[in-house]
Amino acid sequence: METIQKRAGEDVSDELALVQAAKKGDLEAFSELVHRYDRNIFRIAQHITHNEEDAQDVVQDAFLKAYQNLGQFQGNSKFYTWLVRIAVNEALMKLRKRRTEKTVSLDEDVETEDGSIPREVADWSPNPEQLYGQSELGDILKKTIQGLPPGFRTVFVLRDVEGLSTEETAEMLGLSVPAVKSRLLRARLQLRERLAKYFRSKKNGDSQR
Amino acid sequence: MKCTEFLKELTDYLDGNIHESLRAELDEHLHWCHECHVVMNTTKKTIEIYRDNQIYELPEPLRNRLHQAIMNKCRAAKHGKSNA
Repeated sequence: METIQKRAGEDVSDELALVQAAKKGDLEAFSELVHRYDRNIFRIAQHITHNEEDAQDVVQDAFLKAYQNLGQFQGNSKFYTWLVRIAVNEALMKLRKRRTEKTVSLDEDVETEDGSIPREVADWSPNPEQLYGQSELGDILKKTIQGLPPGFRTVFVLRDVEGLSTEETAEMLGLSVPAVKSRLLRARLQLRERLAKYFRSKKNGDSQR
Repeated sequence: MKCTEFLKELTDYLDGNIHESLRAELDEHLHWCHECHVVMNTTKKTIEIYRDNQIYELPEPLRNRLHQAIMNKCRAAKHGKSNA
């Protein structure tokens, strides 16, 4: 059932041709670009906003904005990177609207070392995913990543889930490479810490929960 | 090498983005430090779990609806109408 998705950003050769055609007003070409990346954009938007309605809006707004601004796309970066940058901005705007009383910025929580020092060092079960059914596992993963500050989870999603490079992630978030690395480390360690309580190996007949 | 020093390099270590001499030092630390070994392994597993289990899939019917809506908006934009 599961298909191996082509990593976004590959197949650049014909992509440039599609972008050029779309620039000249070829809607079919743009439609193909939408088809290529809508799943990725939706995922990123969901991760940032935590709200399906917002994520749907982000997908529509990001693609429309991309279409309207194609003229500004210089082709120095990959189209996908350029598109994700637009989508991340749209998603952060949505998030800010939802949390008006609190400023949401990618700089949030950067100064704290919380969660960066491992406290839970018990080993995990060899196949942690098999401890849970698919939908239960999905709920655990969602709940866990939603607990991270937006700046951390955005970096984690772009870098580790969507497979962008550190440099690309830095470029699209307007951060330095060391800042991306530091956030990535903390995001990974915090997720690990939080998942540990679900995936810890059962020893001495401990019950799972 | 102390555990805190190891942790600082963990991201580059896992990404294989590290100088050979530093890698050797980190491997040496891992060899005797069980805790760092566990942390390294479970962090690696954390990344793999999120990579392998896409938690926000776009269902096909919704995907089609979004696609339609996007193309309608683009068409309207192309013909100079409002985007609303």
